[in-house]
Amino acid sequence: MPIDLDKVASQVQNAFKQIKKRIIICAGTGCVANGSLKVYDEMLKVAKELNIDVLIELKKEEENKGTLISKSGCQGFCQMGPLVSILPADILYTKVKPEDAKEILEKSIVNDEVVERLCYKTNDKFYKGHAEIPFYSKQKRYVLKNCGFIAAEDIEEYISIGGYASARKACLEMTDEQICKELLDSGLRGRGGAGFPTGRKWDLTRVQPGPKKYVICNGDEGDPGAFMDRSVLEGNPHSVIEGMIIAAKAIGADEGYVYVRTEYHLAVERMKNAIKKAEEIGVLGDNLFGSGFNFKLHVMEGAGAFVCGEETALIASVEGKRGMPKPKPPFPAQHGLYGKPTVINNVETLSTVPLIIRDGAEAYKKIGVPTSTGTKTFAITGYVKNTGLIEVPFGTTLREILFDIAGGVTDDKGNVSEDAFKAVQIGGPSGACLTREHLDLPLDFDSLRKAGAMVGSGGLVVMNKTTCMVNTAKFFMQFTQNESCGKCVLCREGTKQMLMMLEDITDGRATEETIPLLEQLANAVRMGSLCALGKTAPNPVLSTLKYFRDEYDAHVKEKRCPSGTCSKLVRIYIDQDKCIGCTACARKCPVGAIKGAVKQKHSIDPNACVKCGVCLQTCKFGAVKRG
Amino acid sequence: MNENFDKVKQILEENGKDKARLIPILQAVQEVYKYLPEDALNFIASELEISPARVYGVATFFAHFTLNPKGKHIIKVCDGTACHVKKSTLLIDAIKTKLNLKDNQNTTSDMLFTLETVSCLGACGLAPAMVVDDEVYGQVTPEKVNSLLDEMIKQEGK
Repeated sequence: MPIDLDKVASQVQNAFKQIKKRIIICAGTGCVANGSLKVYDEMLKVAKELNIDVLIELKKEEENKGTLISKSGCQGFCQMGPLVSILPADILYTKVKPEDAKEILEKSIVNDEVVERLCYKTNDKFYKGHAEIPFYSKQKRYVLKNCGFIAAEDIEEYISIGGYASARKACLEMTDEQICKELLDSGLRGRGGAGFPTGRKWDLTRVQPGPKKYVICNGDEGDPGAFMDRSVLEGNPHSVIEGMIIAAKAIGADEGYVYVRTEYHLAVERMKNAIKKAEEIGVLGDNLFGSGFNFKLHVMEGAGAFVCGEETALIASVEGKRGMPKPKPPFPAQHGLYGKPTVINNVETLSTVPLIIRDGAEAYKKIGVPTSTGTKTFAITGYVKNTGLIEVPFGTTLREILFDIAGGVTDDKGNVSEDAFKAVQIGGPSGACLTREHLDLPLDFDSLRKAGAMVGSGGLVVMNKTTCMVNTAKFFMQFTQNESCGKCVLCREGTKQMLMMLEDITDGRATEETIPLLEQLANAVRMGSLCALGKTAPNPVLSTLKYFRDEYDAHVKEKRCPSGTCSKLVRIYIDQDKCIGCTACARKCPVGAIKGAVKQKHSIDPNACVKCGVCLQTCKFGAVKRG
Repeated sequence: MNENFDKVKQILEENGKDKARLIPILQAVQEVYKYLPEDALNFIASELEISPARVYGVATFFAHFTLNPKGKHIIKVCDGTACHVKKSTLLIDAIKTKLNLKDNQNTTSDMLFTLETVSCLGACGLAPAMVVDDEVYGQVTPEKVNSLLDEMIKQEGK
């Protein structure tokens, strides 16, 4: 007997109507690290002491009363965590500590008041809830809407908001051809980086001879600085499963793998639980919704290799081999896992699919710009006021993201400053930097490609005046050099040589010949590598060379690091005229390099100094200098 | 290493001695021993009827696997882009100084701590971040690291 989704949905909706209020505590990785689970426990304990009726789970069959306390996935506003939301009043409390539980319960649950001191504030005003806070109000949360709102592990709540109805529609009312056409019409492009139209990918796989085909969800989010896939897997795992069921139906696959990085413990665990629950209630397994269609899903933990984000390398790793890419064609659509036709989609792509089937291609196309439809999630990190996970329609400009949503760029002391902004690295180690001149560039697949950058996975790392661009390029080169699988000579050896040249530059050994040679090699690596890892590895170097040539020149010609980052090129010293002998710097120095007694002039031993800069931040008299 | 591989055998059985499941098998074996002993790799190769070279190849390809024993507590400092620009290298220096680790040494001589750097923990909003024994710490400073390590060393009674 197939599950009656509508009945479950109306039961859960009814149960929700009986609830007076709801407390949602963010249990995404960021908030958990800041102690949100302790807040959850304390909330339950204090509620009991205060005799407040609380539920941690809705009961479908019985009467529900009082307040529901639940844990959600990532709400995106990571820097302000732990986050606690109160519904229906739409209050958002930030940086909540266990000792705040009592005040929150007394004021906002027993009464209808707001604890102002816990609300998000800027200099002059406080903001009550999501609707008012610019970080949220300027976003369009479409894919992430339910992630951070529903209880991630509760399949029935997912069903109550229309979950698995798209899978049912795909199984019962649509042919495989119709599903592919709907996706193609929607204009959805893969969110993993390359932006290939999802509908076309599916259709290419659909027409291949069966019977055995596979669907793989690529959750090997290896790009440093991006964590949207993790948040979706943790916060709304059922949307990914539903997307995979629809993909499987469209191409005629009966088996699938969710490939998740092993570093993402919580995502692995949530995904495994979600699959188990989906099987239990019959939305996954045999004869789905009575259509005769079968689909089996496994979780595979990746073992830590960036290159496995590449389709063919990922397939090799699922087969139990070293994750090395293969030449394409043949494409996975023709010859994929175990030689069978295979569709591989990114997490964000798959979780968008049920929404497209629900809303229709026409409605979806209205979001974003014509060549890049829909929304994109970006992980915004580095020197901005509000770091976190955001979602905006394609075509939003960098300025809107940095200054409206993220609240502005900060200097090294953490204060928002007009001219602190220097660059944004977009697309991680394969991407490029965008500078002040790109602030009004609409972010979409084609505009970014024209600017020499890429959407990539959607990591935005903001850099300010204290960031050295040569050092940043070196950092990325170190990453790709480390992650090169070793198959192509130019990628394996070329990235190594490029890294050594960059080290020459940051260590002050470079000559006039270094930069031209670096450029020449960058182009060779780009041409001589098989997969995207090698082809894009030189991007950070080439783009920093293009926009920050003067910084490179300063390192090479003047042996000077303008931002004072490259430790071999800077010296930290104490200005004897300004030092009053307070000993603050000497006490903070991690290596004991500062000598001097109370009320005597201090000095730094240049041989012992590791140039960490702690003394610079500690000195209140401006006596410690870098130069 | 002189022991029968009962646990490894059990793991192989659980995975149906399927050579396509080599990676999950190695993950489970590492879970037991905290590293991959050479003898165990050879044993797995013969049981799965594949060459030791292939097992060794997979074990050395993926960053998650290690062929050397690790300390009791594992400290993973994130050196992803976001953490790097927020100066995660200072944390690494502080930990190395505190635990008296030399240049290429990752594990303390008393086998209490192993220091690792990882490319991204996906906690970029909290940069710089680190994980100590599976617990995530965000916005870490060298001072916070020092007091955490002091606490841990005290608990170990050293």
